[in-house]
Amino acid sequence: MAEYWNINDDFKDRAETFLKEKPEPAISLEFQVSKHDFNNAGNGSAELKRLLKKLGIDPVVLRKVAVASYEAEINLAAHSEGGVMKSNVHGDLVHIVFEDIGPGIEDIHKALEPGFSTAVEYVREMGFGAGLGLPNIKKNSDVMHLDSIRGRNTILEIITYFK
Amino acid sequence: MKLKDILELLEGELLTPDADLEVDIPCAFGSDLISDILMCTKESTLLLTGLTNPQVIRLSDMIDLLGVVFVRGKRPPQDLIDMAIERELPLVTTKMTMYKSAGLLYNKDLRSCQI
Repeated sequence: MAEYWNINDDFKDRAETFLKEKPEPAISLEFQVSKHDFNNAGNGSAELKRLLKKLGIDPVVLRKVAVASYEAEINLAAHSEGGVMKSNVHGDLVHIVFEDIGPGIEDIHKALEPGFSTAVEYVREMGFGAGLGLPNIKKNSDVMHLDSIRGRNTILEIITYFK
Repeated sequence: MKLKDILELLEGELLTPDADLEVDIPCAFGSDLISDILMCTKESTLLLTGLTNPQVIRLSDMIDLLGVVFVRGKRPPQDLIDMAIERELPLVTTKMTMYKSAGLLYNKDLRSCQI
């Protein structure tokens, strides 16, 4: 098993309490992401962004959430056999979990290096595959947890605080 | 800078006929890589790109683009144009390269967007 955590220092205490207590969300959304379906990848993030906009979340925070979640949706479409995106909206944060059905990441530390990509040619032709997906997710979230086993699957969870 | 000034400077063609040409464009960004473009979370921006697949509209949904200029004479497919019209996102195409387009706009004080 390989695991990676990144927690923004400003939210460390709040994040630890949240992860320990696992409170019930106010609203939940669920989206399926299919392998190589680039027409629909991004729908989940767009829907989540619309919901958060209605709730009056600051536009800069909205864009951060949308970018992190969109990159993760694209990762599911480009690299996994398919998976699901579950968004849980709480009073002060959004917690999004992406769980795929495999095949798992060979080397997660390498995958986190800016510029490293295993994207195939036609995915690159669409403008993806810069090797900035995971770094962009890290940059735009307050908590990032990546857990992957090669030959099994990958779970990515991210938390972004509204303030 | 107004959208109409950008259109004129780049000798561009407007692909979304009802777009508001008086809209003010404060800044711009140029790239053909989606992850690069996704760095623009701090403010809404004009995008210069050679990408013409529907993910460009998706990008706009995420980072609230003010408009898209397709460079090097690229024309997006009609379904992309329809998606843009639905979102009131102005689309322009220019025969100029990314480098020339960016240079002309920058010389007229259109600043780079914050990243």
